[in-house]
Amino acid sequence: MDIKVNVREAQGDSYVVDLNGEIDVYTSPKVKDAIGDLIDKGHYNLVINLEKVRYIDSTGLGVLIGGLKRVREHGGTVNLVCTNPQIKKIFDITGLVKIFGIYDDEDAAMKALV
Amino acid sequence: MNQPVARPKSMGVVELRIPSKAEWVAVARLAVAAVANRLNFSIEDIEDVKLAVAEACTNCIQHAHGSDQIEITCETEPEMLTVRVRDYGHGTRPEAISSRRIDEPRVGGLGVFLIRSLMDSVDYDVHPDRGTNLVMTKNVTS
Repeated sequence: MDIKVNVREAQGDSYVVDLNGEIDVYTSPKVKDAIGDLIDKGHYNLVINLEKVRYIDSTGLGVLIGGLKRVREHGGTVNLVCTNPQIKKIFDITGLVKIFGIYDDEDAAMKALV
Repeated sequence: MNQPVARPKSMGVVELRIPSKAEWVAVARLAVAAVANRLNFSIEDIEDVKLAVAEACTNCIQHAHGSDQIEITCETEPEMLTVRVRDYGHGTRPEAISSRRIDEPRVGGLGVFLIRSLMDSVDYDVHPDRGTNLVMTKNVTS
């Protein structure tokens, strides 16, 4: 079980973090580091693409919440791309749908950053 | 005279013991998913069980001190799966297993909420010296 993390620059000063795999108590530190590095470098508008994430648990959700809190302190935001019904369900039952912008594709998530 | 209610026969018990370390949680959740797959659970229900087991194991790792093993026991019945997750650590505080939903962005504390949301019954026995015993069930729905 592993998570692949790819960070790429997008339009403006925004960045996309592509995640591929499973995010759990073992793999979430890798995601946390990638998001933390971007924020440390002053990038506060992020799209995190979860399209290829097959599984996420509460530690993964905690990493996303932590990232959102940090960028909000600088006037930024984190939008998510998510199409997996099971993962959408987790965001729904935890109430995180009210906190994150969750979109079906990257274009929509990027447009919503602006 | 009332007839005693017959309890469905157990289809079998599967026991697993993993080291209390993050890298082993995936093994526990996949093993329990394989057990659930032997019953007539939907794919969605199997995913629910998988996540609940992972959250329970993660709680053991994060909150139980001095316990190097986690025991996972699955008891299968035709229409129900019972999963027990047990550690023998100490220092677990009842508030560590408190349940909350997100009202404002805050890191942590979602695991127990997820377990209670995804399973049909959840019974937590937390003892500061004897560790934590979680018993949770999921019914097969048609």
